[in-house]
Amino acid sequence: MSIWEYANPVKFMRTSGAILPYAVAGAAICTIGGILWGFLTPQDYKQGSTVKIIFLHVPAAMMAINIWVMMLVTSLIWLIRRHHVSALAAKAAAPIGAVMTLIALATGAIWGQPMWGTWWEWDPRLTSFLILLLFYIGYIALWSAIEDPDSAADLTGVLCLVGSVFALLSRYAVLFWNQGLHQGASLSVAPGERMSAVYRYPLYLSMLGFLLLFLALLLIRTRTEIRRRRLAALQAREIRA
Amino acid sequence: MLALLKRDLALATRAGGGFGLAVAFFLILCTLVPFGVGPDTAALGPIAPGILWLGALLSCLLSLDRIFALDHEDGSLDLLATAPIPLEGAVAVKALAHWITTGLPLIAAAPLFGILLHLPASATPWLIASLVIGTPALSMLGAFGAAITVGLRRGGLLLSLLVLPLYIPTLIFGTEIIRRGATGADPATPILFLGGITLGVVALMPFAAAAALRVNLR
Repeated sequence: MSIWEYANPVKFMRTSGAILPYAVAGAAICTIGGILWGFLTPQDYKQGSTVKIIFLHVPAAMMAINIWVMMLVTSLIWLIRRHHVSALAAKAAAPIGAVMTLIALATGAIWGQPMWGTWWEWDPRLTSFLILLLFYIGYIALWSAIEDPDSAADLTGVLCLVGSVFALLSRYAVLFWNQGLHQGASLSVAPGERMSAVYRYPLYLSMLGFLLLFLALLLIRTRTEIRRRRLAALQAREIRA
Repeated sequence: MLALLKRDLALATRAGGGFGLAVAFFLILCTLVPFGVGPDTAALGPIAPGILWLGALLSCLLSLDRIFALDHEDGSLDLLATAPIPLEGAVAVKALAHWITTGLPLIAAAPLFGILLHLPASATPWLIASLVIGTPALSMLGAFGAAITVGLRRGGLLLSLLVLPLYIPTLIFGTEIIRRGATGADPATPILFLGGITLGVVALMPFAAAAALRVNLR
């Protein structure tokens, strides 16, 4: 029993089909619960009710970065071990990651307008998220531009590796270029630096919800991709016959 | 490899090779900017380093698809891939040829265009230095983008979408060198960073580009 067994599409379809309902239910409960709980929290003494945007903003931002890392890992698995499910998972994850980045940027703008007095500021964090969005767009565009599925998987895999290096490089180069308005980490483990428990626990729930939401969407999209492959194979067989 | 370099240089400089078009585009860009932002020295001077670097970036981008596309069409790319020299080396040589035909003329022209844009005289040496250090990275990254998109019919737009985000660190440190140099601050840090990026790119990107080419030639 090893994780590589799930490289077999049949095995993957069976297991993911069993997990999917729980992932969907868990995502619905945790996301809705976390956001509703967030709405019931008291107003911040300085930020008023706008603080509640955090329950969307932080989980989306967290997922935006982690989805890229997941794409990097699955691309590496594809390039090294040639497991098709891995490449399809990377393909399926990219649009979800792009939407998460957009949500983080949009909620950030809506939050920044009342708090900082501006929709947009060329702050290092904001700028690196915009750059991350560009990398997502390029990755998705490359997938859709190439017809042969194996070449597409190979080329996007290489692009993902190079893009990861440059996304990281841009992140630190941007830090060098302009000073920030965005606050530092709010979820540090050090007790003095983190925010009050009133906000922290709903935020944890919401983050868990977004994680499950990503898992559910990823499974659905990967299963769709596998079925699309099968359909293409069947059609190809029919034409030959 | 030397023969390949000579061949690429000859192809680029002959009629129809597009040699000098990048500089012409650069000139047009620098002519258009004052129409957009107004002709005052006070308005143009501070943004001149950024405009010049952006101009170099975009002119470089224009000729990228030529690195591999023509060779792919007439089949000589397949010969290169099966030639005794490693494909990584061939990619590096083609990027070098691109830099000699595009990067060097841009560097030579940039001080003149700096005068057009009222770039402060104290910044001109730093402009040349930053371009000399930074443009090899532009050509090499461009060769990677060109290698990825070489088989595509409408690869041009996709190429710029893929390559321009990779240019961000180079652009940041390149303009920072000029900004610091012109104001008398110490530009050593961005110079070291930019040099590091260029060296890293030149050392590693041939492998990524060659991998992409092999996929496209499969």
